[in-house]
Amino acid sequence: MTTPLLEIEDLYAKVDGKEIIKGFNLTINYGEIHAIMGPNGAGKSTLSNVLCGKPGYEATSGTVRFKGKDLFSLSPEERACEGLFLSMQYPVEIPGVPVTSFLKHSVNAIRSYRGEPELDTMEFIKMVRAEGKKLGLDAEMIKRAVNVGFSGGEKKRLETLQMSVLKPVLAILDEADSGLDIDALRVVAEGVNSLHTKQNGLLIITHYQRLLNYIVPDFVHVYADGKIVKTGSKELALELEEKGYAEFVKEKE
Amino acid sequence: MKEEKDITITDSSGDKYKYGFVTDIEADTIPCGLNADIIRLISQKKGEPDWLLDWRLKAFEFWCNMKEPTWAKLVYDKIDYQGLSYYSAPKQKVAPKSLDEVDKDLLDTYEKLGIPLKEQEILAGVVAVDAVFDSVSVATTYRAKLAEQGVIFCSISEAIKEHPDLVKKYLGSVVPYTDNFFACLNSAVFTDGSFVYIPKGIKCPMELSTYFRINAKNTGQFERTLIIADDESYVSYLEGCTAPQRDENQLHAAIVEIVVLNNAEVKYSTVQNWYPGDAEGKGGVYNFVTKRAACRGENSKVSWTQVETGSAVTWKYPSCILQGNNSSGEFYSVAITNNKQQADTGTKMIHIGKNTKSKIISKGISAGFSNQTYRGLVKVATSADNARNYTQCDSLLIGTTCGSHTVPYIENRNKTAKLEHEATTSKISDDQLFYCMSRGIGEEEAVSLIVNGFCKEVMQHLPMEFAIEAAKLINISLEGSVG
Repeated sequence: MTTPLLEIEDLYAKVDGKEIIKGFNLTINYGEIHAIMGPNGAGKSTLSNVLCGKPGYEATSGTVRFKGKDLFSLSPEERACEGLFLSMQYPVEIPGVPVTSFLKHSVNAIRSYRGEPELDTMEFIKMVRAEGKKLGLDAEMIKRAVNVGFSGGEKKRLETLQMSVLKPVLAILDEADSGLDIDALRVVAEGVNSLHTKQNGLLIITHYQRLLNYIVPDFVHVYADGKIVKTGSKELALELEEKGYAEFVKEKE
Repeated sequence: MKEEKDITITDSSGDKYKYGFVTDIEADTIPCGLNADIIRLISQKKGEPDWLLDWRLKAFEFWCNMKEPTWAKLVYDKIDYQGLSYYSAPKQKVAPKSLDEVDKDLLDTYEKLGIPLKEQEILAGVVAVDAVFDSVSVATTYRAKLAEQGVIFCSISEAIKEHPDLVKKYLGSVVPYTDNFFACLNSAVFTDGSFVYIPKGIKCPMELSTYFRINAKNTGQFERTLIIADDESYVSYLEGCTAPQRDENQLHAAIVEIVVLNNAEVKYSTVQNWYPGDAEGKGGVYNFVTKRAACRGENSKVSWTQVETGSAVTWKYPSCILQGNNSSGEFYSVAITNNKQQADTGTKMIHIGKNTKSKIISKGISAGFSNQTYRGLVKVATSADNARNYTQCDSLLIGTTCGSHTVPYIENRNKTAKLEHEATTSKISDDQLFYCMSRGIGEEEAVSLIVNGFCKEVMQHLPMEFAIEAAKLINISLEGSVG
């Protein structure tokens, strides 16, 4: 029996006064992996930003329910505390704030939201080190300031590390493979796969098919002009790789 | 739909200034006004020797012909120097011999401020506290232990009586009374402060600390601190300030003089959180301070570290005169202004000796309607072969209604000098805030996390327990700066 984790119904959203998402529908059930593929500029990142509540991204109509709750009634940090996670395409630098300190604030904020006691610092560092090791992260990296001087690949690994520490119920991976070489891609994918269970869901937003060789989706959706235009199985991704998005992209009027 | 959050300062210190209380203590205050007779009265009340009274009077005479400086980027109401009282001491019949004899209200005040005055607490913190209440030192602890090593740590009034030769030799030798308007005023009317002497070859066994507090109404506060580090000695000195909430502006014009001899090192750390005024800019302390260290000896070293969150108006440039060959000076500063606070602060590094080095790291954070200026001077004399300076000034703006200015002066008269200057101005970006929030961290906590990261290079130079206090203070200062 399937239980819905995320239900998006007829969503419209604007960025800078411009309508980007136009009648978007998607339901993700617990235990499912969905991939959204589409051409550049189709508004894929807009979708993830709207879902996570980035200021400036305004949903104008439609509903989104996350674990049965009205997502838009929650602040961005409440959404995170409820278990929504966004692995960002371009993670920002936070100078002077070590990764461990940042993650500790994050974990404790979420624990406090859930009424759980704060983690002991020693225990916490041990846990972060262990998770980092699984992802093949240099132990020095978690002492560095968040994303400062990180290579593209290191940034993506750090996003994955955060995901494995925070253990979200729904993770959105926005172009998680960009900037990764093939070995790093495999490590990140293995990390993500090991976190996936029947109790959570995954939404992969990607331009290329190659990540989907490693994280195999249950459903592939083609996203163009603000909505899903086609849905299929993992084979659809291969088809897209071969034929491109041309048939889905309408000529601009 | 998510509500748009307005990221400007709406409310801050007004109700939140934790230390805004007034101790009801009978104070011995002299009438308002400033003239030679008042100075004689102060000197007489303190039982001072004639040479000091003469020095005060000379300073006063000089001051009468000086003009208040206007070059700083500060706007404040004209100070009525005749409307202030220049001496206020808590009334006590006899000097206390131990803490048991100290006025209970006074002790309660310290308690509220969290000063560990009790012996056992000091033991735990391994810090000697020379607490200054208004103008007179009421308790000095741990002096016996320091005395075993020959370290002198007492009020300057006591030093004048008990160590007149040292005081006479060094008082005004780093900051002469002719130096500037506020320093001159201080020289004429200073009431008390701290005195430290570290003898040759002694590494001071504990961090020395003094807490300043402004209490009595309309009382100008004119502290004077003198620190002398003799050859091969070391001392770390901590200064922390809090003041009760007031509607009137309170003037504070302190002097800190530091003399560093051969191979000696002094580390001076300040955490300053005087009442900054309310959200409308009403009230708050005027802080016009002259702090200067003279590195007189070879290989001598001075390091100033300051975290400035308080005061309505700040005018402060802790400086180093690098006279001895191979001497070095450092200045690490975090200044936070919120609401209508104004700060014009920085440092002066004067290179005179050969191979002298200086380093300036300044971090300014402005929020609300506040204005902040970094003003610095790096001066290399013809004699200062191979002088080196590195300066880094970073400004962080929160919101769109505050201001930040950087005014670095460089005067170089030696071809072998190498001087570097870097400056950045940035804002807390929406992307940074969103990144934190998307990880469950609330907006206010996110701002404090980002600001603490921004200040890290400076904070790591503070002694541990001070660093924790300072981090808390930064959070308190920025409360209400978002949302």
